[in-house]
Amino acid sequence: MNHTLHFTVNGEPYEIVAASHHTLLQVLREQLALTGTKNGCEAGECGACAVLIRWPGADRFEPVNSCMVLAPEVAGAEIVTIEGLAHDDQLDPLQEAFIVTGATQCGFCTPGILINARALLDRNPDPSDAEIRAALVGNLCRCTGYIRILDAVKMAARTRKEALR
Amino acid sequence: MQPFDYLIPGDHAEASALLAAGNGRVRPFMGGTDLLIRTRGGFVRPQAVVDLKGLPGMKEIRPGDDGWLIIGAACTMNQVAMHPLVQARYDLLVQACNSVASYQLRNRATIGGNCCNASPAADTAPALYCLEAVAEIYGPQGIRRIPIAQFFVGPGKTALRSGEFLTSLHLPPSPQDARGVFNKLGRTKMGDISVVSVAVYRRSGRLADPTAPATGEWRIALGAVGPTPLRAAEAEAALMQDTSPAGIRVAAALAAAAARPIDDIRASAAYRRAMVAVLARRGIEAVLADLSAARAQLPAAGGAS
Repeated sequence: MNHTLHFTVNGEPYEIVAASHHTLLQVLREQLALTGTKNGCEAGECGACAVLIRWPGADRFEPVNSCMVLAPEVAGAEIVTIEGLAHDDQLDPLQEAFIVTGATQCGFCTPGILINARALLDRNPDPSDAEIRAALVGNLCRCTGYIRILDAVKMAARTRKEALR
Repeated sequence: MQPFDYLIPGDHAEASALLAAGNGRVRPFMGGTDLLIRTRGGFVRPQAVVDLKGLPGMKEIRPGDDGWLIIGAACTMNQVAMHPLVQARYDLLVQACNSVASYQLRNRATIGGNCCNASPAADTAPALYCLEAVAEIYGPQGIRRIPIAQFFVGPGKTALRSGEFLTSLHLPPSPQDARGVFNKLGRTKMGDISVVSVAVYRRSGRLADPTAPATGEWRIALGAVGPTPLRAAEAEAALMQDTSPAGIRVAAALAAAAARPIDDIRASAAYRRAMVAVLARRGIEAVLADLSAARAQLPAAGGAS
């Protein structure tokens, strides 16, 4: 069964035809060639496939594992992937902070972590260590040991606060 | 994933008819966090999934009559945990919802799905057992309501019959002086499936006067230590008599005795039983501490103890 779907990704409108049993993750990577969103476990455990989504009628973007969303569900939704985090060649403060602190090693988990950390800072601009750890429970990193990721999120929170000042 | 169709029913009756006609090969679909994993693994092979989320009321949290609260079955864990009416009176359920997996998975996983999968380890179940929630079911014969403890029938088995689906969970009024604590053990501190979980809930009835005779109720529910979640009735009764440190130890032991755990990949039965006693004791102590803190904040007239 195929579905004709209209939705936006990073502000761009798309019309695609997707199979019932395909996931948003598959659509992003295989049909739209947005391969920054990674396929790690396809079981909702690793967080590498996280994207931001605003459902029709919802007031804000929320992170979801795109491996857990069926393609036909996203009709009318707005989606932000890692490719949409930077604007006009201006990196998101989180991306800057990940570079400066060396929070990335192999990089496979990084897009999902950036997406989830961005969602965290949007709902809680000044998170504690414990709140950052809790927010990133569903993002597995096998390289870094997480310490620099925590440092990066804290640095980005400071940068964002200073930008608002 | 093997192909299946995705169907959006126009109303409750159509959803019911689709499910009934599918004879088990047509699956209700909400957050998909369990169904998609099991489909990928080949454990279930649906011909079609019926997305129930768009049906009226399924994603709503609203006050019912007489102080009840109605939570639509397709409300996500985050939606439940962040809702002011849930936070105001059902903190136990907030704790349980927040203990499920990760933030972004809680944006998909639904409270109804958690019940319908009927895992003995379902994290919201011990809280719903303590709150004595009522499950509202829609089916070919119309609407029926059953206590949550009758909804869970066995591992992966619910009271749902052909063509039926869960529409909402109804929570009885929870008084202002009620307190609950949910504790769970997983392989990791956060985010993992429960190896054992215990919810403790106290409807005090005597917050203002701790010297009054014991009234109200203690309720204790256990997760992941039986074919369904379980209430520990003898432990509850014991606490009505004695909440001294010795009484708490007795109640915790009775809670462990009520468990019917099995050995499996995550833990041995003996370990699970021993941990029920520990989590029950911690839960009871935390509830008592909460109540005594609440008492201390009352105006001096009522809180002098």
